[in-house]
Amino acid sequence: MEVLVILVPLALALGFLGLLGFLWSLKSGQYDDLDGAAWRAIADDEPVSDHGRSK
Amino acid sequence: MQADIDFSHYLKRAGGGLIHLDLAVEGINCAGCMAKIERNLSTIPDVTSARVNLTDSRLALEWKAGTIDPALFVSRLAELGYKAYPFERDDAETLEAQRAQGLLRRLGVAAFAAMNVMMLSIPVWSGNVSDMLPEQRDFFHWLSALIVLPAAAYSAQPFFSSALSALRARGVNMDVPISIGIVLALVTSVIETVNHAEHAYFDAAIMLIAFLLAGRYLDQNMRRRTRAFAGNLAALKAETATKFISPTEIGTVPAAAIRSGDIVLLRPGERCAVDGSVIEGRSEIDQSLITGETLPVMVTPGSAVFAGTLVRSGTLRIRASAAAGGTLLDEISRLLDHALQARSRYPRLAERASRLYAPVVHATAFLTMLGWLAYGAGLHDSIVTAIAVLIITCPCALGLAIPAVQTVASGALFGSGVLLNAGDAIERIAEIDRVIFDKTGTLTLPELDVANCAEIPDDVLRLAGRLALSSRHPVAAAIARKAAAASPLPDIQEEPGQGVHGFCDGHPIRLGRPSFCGADGLANEILCRDPEASVVAFSHGGSRYVFAVRQRLRPDAADVVAGLARMGVAVEIVSGDREPAVRLAATQLGVHEWRAGVSPVDKIARIEELARQGCKVLMVGDGLNDAPALAAAHASMSPATATHMSQAVADAVFLGERLAPVLSAVKVSRKALRLMRQNLWLAVVYNVLAVPIAIAGLVTPLIAAAAMSGSSVIVMLNALRARAREAA
Repeated sequence: MEVLVILVPLALALGFLGLLGFLWSLKSGQYDDLDGAAWRAIADDEPVSDHGRSK
Repeated sequence: MQADIDFSHYLKRAGGGLIHLDLAVEGINCAGCMAKIERNLSTIPDVTSARVNLTDSRLALEWKAGTIDPALFVSRLAELGYKAYPFERDDAETLEAQRAQGLLRRLGVAAFAAMNVMMLSIPVWSGNVSDMLPEQRDFFHWLSALIVLPAAAYSAQPFFSSALSALRARGVNMDVPISIGIVLALVTSVIETVNHAEHAYFDAAIMLIAFLLAGRYLDQNMRRRTRAFAGNLAALKAETATKFISPTEIGTVPAAAIRSGDIVLLRPGERCAVDGSVIEGRSEIDQSLITGETLPVMVTPGSAVFAGTLVRSGTLRIRASAAAGGTLLDEISRLLDHALQARSRYPRLAERASRLYAPVVHATAFLTMLGWLAYGAGLHDSIVTAIAVLIITCPCALGLAIPAVQTVASGALFGSGVLLNAGDAIERIAEIDRVIFDKTGTLTLPELDVANCAEIPDDVLRLAGRLALSSRHPVAAAIARKAAAASPLPDIQEEPGQGVHGFCDGHPIRLGRPSFCGADGLANEILCRDPEASVVAFSHGGSRYVFAVRQRLRPDAADVVAGLARMGVAVEIVSGDREPAVRLAATQLGVHEWRAGVSPVDKIARIEELARQGCKVLMVGDGLNDAPALAAAHASMSPATATHMSQAVADAVFLGERLAPVLSAVKVSRKALRLMRQNLWLAVVYNVLAVPIAIAGLVTPLIAAAAMSGSSVIVMLNALRARAREAA
């Protein structure tokens, strides 16, 4: 059970990282336009410019 | 119109040599619009960012300073088919947005804490029935406390502060039992943990906070969205004013940029965008949007004018701000304050529920403790059982029952063109049994319209419309609009105060006063039939026609009145306009009860009289003179064309030319109120099932957690039923 000494703080640290991530996303305005974000995810990409298309 | 917008008021320095501009854009409603606008504007050189906000129909632009004229964006958007206008967030919207974001942050903290505590709680629940060491359990409990106590202290602040302020005012609101429940659950859990007990309720407490915050956030987000939309509407009205930038020079600026004390020039045919007093000039003005009175009045230096006034004959100079004492505005502000105080005393459904709920729950807990003591249990066990009762009854579902329905219903209302100003508006609109309509601007459209089109040949109307384009007079503008005229006739002269004249196909052509066109006889005939109309005559060669121009009823007004009657709602017209005009409208709509020439004070008096008789009145009005009545009524709505003050006090604002949103607001609200009541009953049923288990002392943290989330999910699912649209 000594493994708890490592696992529990690790789990809490991960949770805390998740929270920080959420607060960062909130602060950078990612929840300001939820309708738009839903559509952006499935929108077509920008047309690729000519020199980018040549393989 | 858009060529002369002065953007300087709206441009913001964004740092790094960039300029930032926010535009409200009309007509963005899908992902296609979003992509089209962003791609198109991004191709303009030196534009560093063009980002559409689809939720709020807005566009944020940034570009390198000094390289682009901002008018380019507006014209580019116009080419794409979107009308855009710069806007600035007003204080009310900024405040709502900050509140919504604050709640979301607290919700995030509470939700993350709840998830992490679950990770610690599940081992304890399963360990309690198997072979967990007491030391391990204590360790997990202490860890939970470490996470939950700071998270709860931060995220439950809205409940604590609201409960405190309610207690200070010697009242009880929903937040009082919530706060007591949270605090007791946390304190008991800490004490139990210190005493190495089996059960701690940290998980239940933080989960409760998270669910309740979700309810609050939904409510707040609805308000924020309404504010944002109202802000767009104000921006898209594109109100400008002609301001004296020096004693001799004038410039066109957005109405928002006018400060108190600025001097504004008003020319015939213009609508005043600010409140102020006349310092120079004389003119007839049309104050129908403000007072409901359709007959023009004369203003001279010293008279007060209000935003929304239409100038008809002369040019005026106005000093902005309504400093002149004893004006209509002062009177209206006083009435308004009074009426708003009265309204805030109306208890919301949630408050009424919590008034009943808090004493019952607290008494049950207390009796449970006494019962167990009498039964012979120890003091500690009795208190723990009593607290378990409080935790299990903590109004989780109750806290969600109403905001969830409000959010879903306001979404449905949004779809039918109704914007809610207040969350509890739905409840109040649902309860009404009588609608009082104002006439001018509410039952009628705010713009003038040609009433006798049927008597005039199409080609005459078209020609008159083209001629009318050369005049700035509002009556002429109505003819031009009706004829959808776009190409003005060449070489037209204007005779001030008479009309316009010129030549067409070799014949003289005139539009103006009947005497100017030699059509007095025809005009008198029309005036005898319809004394309320403004007449304007048209002559081409030897033929003469007279147009009757008046405010037209909204196209579906009669249907809406009939629809309301079918729902058992009485309809009444109370107008500030003169008797013949009101009588005519009432007959056309089939409304039997009407009052004309009513002052703002008398409008309130009528509403109070009805309230004393037990009627719940929905006031629908738009003028400044309606504002106190809107605030005094049980519920109120105003069209989006209403004066600022009326829009601000109305519970809901409706969009468009049609009156149908009033009918659908009543329908949707009634359905929503039914669902709210159902939700409250679901919460009661849940309590009836759960409380006996708690009283029996059988509640474990596992049962508390399951019951709480189960009831919340059921209430949420029921709320979603408000989304199903009524079959018309």
